[in-house]
Amino acid sequence: MSTTTTARVASDVGNFADERVGASKGVKFLARKIFPDHWSFMLGEVALYSFIILLLSGTFLTFFFVPSVGETTYTGAYAPLQNARVSEAFASTVRMSFDVRGGLLMRQIHHWSALVFVAAIIVHMFRVFFTGAFRKPRELNWVIGSILALLALFEGFLGYSLPDDLLSGNGLRIAYAIILGIPVVGSYVAFFLFGGQFPGEAFIPRIYTIHVLLLPAIFLALIGAHLVLLVIQKHTQYPGPGRTNKNVVGYPLYPVYMAKAGGFFFIVFGVICLMSAVLQINPVWAFGSYDPSPVSADAQPDWYMGFMDGAVRLMPGFTEFTALGHTWSFNIFLPAAIMPGVLTTLLIAYPWIESKATGDRQEHHLLDRPRNVPTRTGIGVMAITFYLLLLVSGGNDIFATHFDLSINDITNTLRVLVFVLPPLAYLVTKRICLGLQRKDREKVLHGRETGTIVRTETGEFFEVHEPLDPYARWSLVQHADLKPLPAPEAEDSHGVRRPGGFGNRLAHRLSRFYFEDRIAPVTPRELEEAHHEHAHADDVHEVEGSEARPAVTAGD
Amino acid sequence: MTTSDHDSTGLATVEPGGELAERFENPGLPAHRHRMADVDPQAARRAERQVATLFGLSAVGTILTLVAYFAVKFEGDLTDNEYLSRVQLSNILLGTGLFLALFGIGAGAVHWAKTLMPDEERIELRHDQRGSDEDRADAVAILKEGAAESGLGRRPLIRNSLIAAMALVPLPAVALLRDTGPMPGRQLETSPWKKGDRLVRDAGGGPIKAADIQVGSVVHVMPDGLQETGAKLEERAKGAVLLVRLNPADLNEAATAGSYDGIVAYSKICTHMGCPVGLYEQQTHHLLCPCHQSTFDVTKNCEVIFGPARRPLPKLAITVDDEGYLVAKDGFTEPIGPSFWERA
Repeated sequence: MSTTTTARVASDVGNFADERVGASKGVKFLARKIFPDHWSFMLGEVALYSFIILLLSGTFLTFFFVPSVGETTYTGAYAPLQNARVSEAFASTVRMSFDVRGGLLMRQIHHWSALVFVAAIIVHMFRVFFTGAFRKPRELNWVIGSILALLALFEGFLGYSLPDDLLSGNGLRIAYAIILGIPVVGSYVAFFLFGGQFPGEAFIPRIYTIHVLLLPAIFLALIGAHLVLLVIQKHTQYPGPGRTNKNVVGYPLYPVYMAKAGGFFFIVFGVICLMSAVLQINPVWAFGSYDPSPVSADAQPDWYMGFMDGAVRLMPGFTEFTALGHTWSFNIFLPAAIMPGVLTTLLIAYPWIESKATGDRQEHHLLDRPRNVPTRTGIGVMAITFYLLLLVSGGNDIFATHFDLSINDITNTLRVLVFVLPPLAYLVTKRICLGLQRKDREKVLHGRETGTIVRTETGEFFEVHEPLDPYARWSLVQHADLKPLPAPEAEDSHGVRRPGGFGNRLAHRLSRFYFEDRIAPVTPRELEEAHHEHAHADDVHEVEGSEARPAVTAGD
Repeated sequence: MTTSDHDSTGLATVEPGGELAERFENPGLPAHRHRMADVDPQAARRAERQVATLFGLSAVGTILTLVAYFAVKFEGDLTDNEYLSRVQLSNILLGTGLFLALFGIGAGAVHWAKTLMPDEERIELRHDQRGSDEDRADAVAILKEGAAESGLGRRPLIRNSLIAAMALVPLPAVALLRDTGPMPGRQLETSPWKKGDRLVRDAGGGPIKAADIQVGSVVHVMPDGLQETGAKLEERAKGAVLLVRLNPADLNEAATAGSYDGIVAYSKICTHMGCPVGLYEQQTHHLLCPCHQSTFDVTKNCEVIFGPARRPLPKLAITVDDEGYLVAKDGFTEPIGPSFWERA
């Protein structure tokens, strides 16, 4: 096609689109939108892309999967199961793995991308949490993201329940027991959800509809809202020279991010294909069709359900009791319902908890360096530690067999650690953050260690420190110096009690908890004072050619 | 850069880049440094070739995928093992081909963007999310005007009846879910075992003579009729029983009741969450549940000695019939499996 033809076609298409839908306005609004660049911003992209891969591979699977527990005789290519009486769901899963070319690959792509999906969401949430990206005005997106994370766990669980194999059946058996454990309504909810006693015949078709229709639709709507908010509010950026709370510094969507982000989709898809080519996952044919009687050791759920399973494993049995003529199964209800419920509530409420402590109402578009908010970073690491300990508990049998340890000892130890280690992790993390902040101050005040050792005429040795240039310095001194809120006065000037005293005192206490230990960023005055000391020292050492000192105030 | 629009709350913070003298000032963007490809036409041409090579690699991957799809067939005269290795080969080739096909496009596009597209940072200004005071006033006026036009405030009858109707209308949706399952009734408390049922092997079937069971061995049993595949899984889920033979001297008093010559029978369904408690440790006489490691001591009437389960495994009292086969002396005297609210 010659250049003139191309131009004419492009013009015709553009004209068509603009006269129908006003495309020119959309192009003007979106095409040159600026997005900041940082590797950690790709974590959310990984989640988004693996969702698209899930939709594509999942659609392929539905062409072959039969969502029914109706009994059938397996007659496919996999010899060990030949003529076995199995469910339709199981038989069709094995058939699509061994009789359909590419079927096994598609199943593995679907399962791997599900694992990557959940992992990417969680790591993306870490990034958002530790950098404070959830602060105003992005609280709503934090809530939407949290709901997406929860739904992802749920969707994943339903997905691996569908093949109706021995492992997934035991997972459902546990889910049924969790529902039964709900006080008062448990039996009714279980009977209505499963259509009667476990396992019944209704669960596979029902799970199937929720898994392929209901939840994906909710996902699409929430992801859409998540992205629309991202565009409306513009992306946050890391602090640095030239970056302010009032601008976005980066590259335009068209063409740079179309190429980068679009390309990244293909990279994620490609890598998941490679994983699915060489790493086997969920070989259901080896487990067999579900039956309530056979045993399976090493019963492990997919990794993202592990923390809940771990909490259930740690719970001592005495927490179940009978009272008032009823059974209270707190050994199940507490770890499997109350614990996740409380954690989720705290997760969703976190932006408001923190804003109560800071007391500020402004918009934040510059991210925090985690070290500059030691308490938040400590809380985050505490939560991760708690989560990891539960995950380890979910694999306590694996640890026992692999390290030749007693399962009872491991479990008892974890029962203690799960309470001891998280607060310890909080303290240690907070101290590390404060130490890093001190190091930043040191660097700003006394410059960078050059590694050059100078010997003076008098035989003294010292290392030359090179002052930071204003650009490098800015990143270390730019952050807000957050202090505890002033103590509220209980009475006004007339000695009358102020209303809302309790809430104010609570906010004050919260604020002290957050900002009592703080390291202030270096001020120009402090830098100048440090220089005077240096100058003095330089006189003593009579060092020649010492570096030019930075101006007292930067920006000149 | 402003600091004027904050700090209405009394918190002594300074926004990054504040104009107060005690803070540093933002030095602004550092000077842009050009890449090799920006200044050296040869480097640019090299980058161009690299991008094209990556796209070419993708095309090779696509062809590989198609060739693998049609060349590696799942048919012909194959032994089982040959068949399986062919499935594996197909999986590896298809997956690797797709990897090249997709990764080539992705890596090429990213490389293109990073080496040849402009990398000078641009600045876009942000604006407050909130509308201007004028916009807000307008919006409030519009909302008020619309509310007045609807007359909701003036006509409480309409408002209240609408609220009542909206509150009621979801009820059919709830009611329609009623038939998703039967009422639990006493179904959770029943089990397929009843007096005189023969204990038959779960695998293979067939009744069991007491003399056929060695001390230390375990047999997985079902009531007669449920051992066949095709039996209702709900029944099998409650009928599974473990038969263990111990030295009668090892059994405590509670365990001895309902046993037959050292043979004891317990429900295999964990009282915690219903997994099959199938790991028997011969030396310690412990039964371990593979799901959450609840441990039951067979010598002590299957009391819980570790783990999250609360209740012992329900016992099935057994005896032998006229022909010497093991039979249930009675059905289970308590519900099988996990706890539920109505369980007293």
